[in-house]
Amino acid sequence: MSMSRQPMASRHALPVKQLLLTLLAWSVAFVIFFPILWMVLTGFKTETAAIADPSFIFSPTLESYQAVQARSGYARFAINSVAVAFGSTLLALLIAIPSAYAMAFLPTKRTKGTLLWMLSTKMLPPVGVLVPIYLIFRDVGLLDTRTGLILVYTLMNLPIVVWMLYTFFKDMPKDILEAGRMDGASTFQEVWYLLLPLTLPGIASTGLLSVILSWNEAFWSLNLTSSKAAPLTAYIASFSSPEGLFWAKLSAASTMAIAPILILGWMTQKQMVRGLTFGAVK
Amino acid sequence: MRFARHLPLGALAGAIALASQAQAQTTITVATVNNNDMVIMQSLTDEFQAAYPDISLDWVVLEENVLRQRMTTDIATGGGQFDVMTIGAYEAPIWAEREWLTPLDDLSDDYDVDDLLGSVRDGLSLDGTPYALPFYAESSMMYYRTDLFEQAGIEMSEQPTWDEVRQWAETLHGSEEGLAGICLRGKPGWGENMAFVTTLVNTYGGRWFDEQWNPELDSKPWQDAIAFYVDLLGNYGPPGASSNGFNENLALFARGNCAMWVDATSAAGKLFDPDESSVAESLGFARAPIAETPKGSHWLWTWALAIPASSEQKEAAQTFITWATSKEYIELVGETHGWTSVPPGTRESTYANEQYQQAAPFAGFVLEAIENADPTDSTLEPNPYTGVQIVNIPEFQAIGTQVGQSIAAALTGDTSVEQALDSAQRATERTMQRAGYND
Repeated sequence: MSMSRQPMASRHALPVKQLLLTLLAWSVAFVIFFPILWMVLTGFKTETAAIADPSFIFSPTLESYQAVQARSGYARFAINSVAVAFGSTLLALLIAIPSAYAMAFLPTKRTKGTLLWMLSTKMLPPVGVLVPIYLIFRDVGLLDTRTGLILVYTLMNLPIVVWMLYTFFKDMPKDILEAGRMDGASTFQEVWYLLLPLTLPGIASTGLLSVILSWNEAFWSLNLTSSKAAPLTAYIASFSSPEGLFWAKLSAASTMAIAPILILGWMTQKQMVRGLTFGAVK
Repeated sequence: MRFARHLPLGALAGAIALASQAQAQTTITVATVNNNDMVIMQSLTDEFQAAYPDISLDWVVLEENVLRQRMTTDIATGGGQFDVMTIGAYEAPIWAEREWLTPLDDLSDDYDVDDLLGSVRDGLSLDGTPYALPFYAESSMMYYRTDLFEQAGIEMSEQPTWDEVRQWAETLHGSEEGLAGICLRGKPGWGENMAFVTTLVNTYGGRWFDEQWNPELDSKPWQDAIAFYVDLLGNYGPPGASSNGFNENLALFARGNCAMWVDATSAAGKLFDPDESSVAESLGFARAPIAETPKGSHWLWTWALAIPASSEQKEAAQTFITWATSKEYIELVGETHGWTSVPPGTRESTYANEQYQQAAPFAGFVLEAIENADPTDSTLEPNPYTGVQIVNIPEFQAIGTQVGQSIAAALTGDTSVEQALDSAQRATERTMQRAGYND
């Protein structure tokens, strides 16, 4: 009897444990997502309701969205964001793929040092180089241009992109590339026909990360643009104020600013997860 | 086919025509803050362009601190990204001295410079030459709930003192659920808690520096003022007072969570508007409270429009700033957005306007407060600086924010008042020595 009851008990315990774990996972996810949810809800409130005691019950209005749209053209900022985020990602990938290939498959004794040095450039606070970059941009006419912002974002994301690609390429069995070489493939063909298709999930997740980082970047976009090339980060900043209550409008503007990247992330989450766990189990 | 062949030529001709039309237009880039009065100015772009069809406006609206950093980088490097900058009374004389701003010494008679309030105009001038034109100005005063005062049998004095305010706060604190006796700024920053704290220190007889630029933050008036502030706000303030700035307190007062609030006069229009404030019916105004001296008990701050020396469109920029700070503009705002929304504190004519007087019962308090605030004589003992709640030296932003953090730490109980002021004094001494003010 006792022998037959024990498995029964553990069979029952498993769903309870699973249920608790699922509940915990949902709770953690809810806590993480709550600020975004609250921002979205506040965007549908009036300014008076936004400053009232926090409540989930209110009459939704599009007042703030209309006001935000009437005050500044969202489309202009959104187009700049898309152009700059995707432009810089493309450029970063173009530079990083050959670099990571060289480092992963043709390493020298300085490769590790080079990789670390690249990463160390991320340790410098950006404000430290603001004035020199501002002066260079002024002299070459890159202030308030998308080209200027693409260049800065490319440089900003390049270390991370190279590192990630290097890790993905390192995990790729060298034998496959060698087999290609035996069949007479050139370096370009080796990369184009073998390396890229086989590491595509990794490249896709690297690209997505770069797009997200560029999309959310605020320091350079606020400092190097004024009106023509200003992306959505500048758009949000225009609704923040230390003297005046614009919480509903700020929330509406923020919701509109994050919506495209949120949808993109949602649509590509499979690739993201696949890419990030790529090579985790060999 | 023939039509199709000529289509590109037609399109090209059209593009050239459009391009030449665009060239005839002068576009000026205006950098401004996201305050209510500036949002109204932006909404009146069409009216400006109807009056001046050859000038078009490109707006860059940013949060105050971001804008300040952005403009400082641009003006210091001669970037030339902006044609009009919205600057404060703090920047105007410092930037003018460095020749970063265009002098405005050729204003037309129609503009009526003499109509501008003297204290405001002087704060934006260097050696008698204006370098920026005032868009709106504010002082500080006390807001209170008349219903609560009546219930408690308290009568507001003509010139309240801080001791009275403490007694009233003690009586009213908690008399309704969630009601704080008083709301004051606690969020650290030179333009946040230090704007208020400096006026409190002034009225307690203190000053930032003696005449040789030696800091006096550990002096008795500072000790008394900060001990009073920590006790008052700590015991009778709202929860989490150390993270409340102007906006947070405005929200708290507007929804009835504060019995009293001492802050910018620019909040009056919002609090008086029943659509935005639940206490509009029971809103009372009084002068900013005093302690040892009335000197420097209320601040003076001006938002102004200036033309950077690096602008290539100075003429068009001047046309815009004279329009946006003119009597006609004030009337335009009154007619289109209501008289409580007109930019206050800049012109005598605004306060002489009957429509404004009727719509804004707080107008008299505001005018009196602005006229009585003297940035050149704001402390009991003489001082070497200009400014009531600010010290017009470039180092003040850093010093003010650092001292503000020490005082916020005292407010939260992380340090004692004495420790906070000792560390603030040492930090200020170091900064002033490094900057070469004293040995």
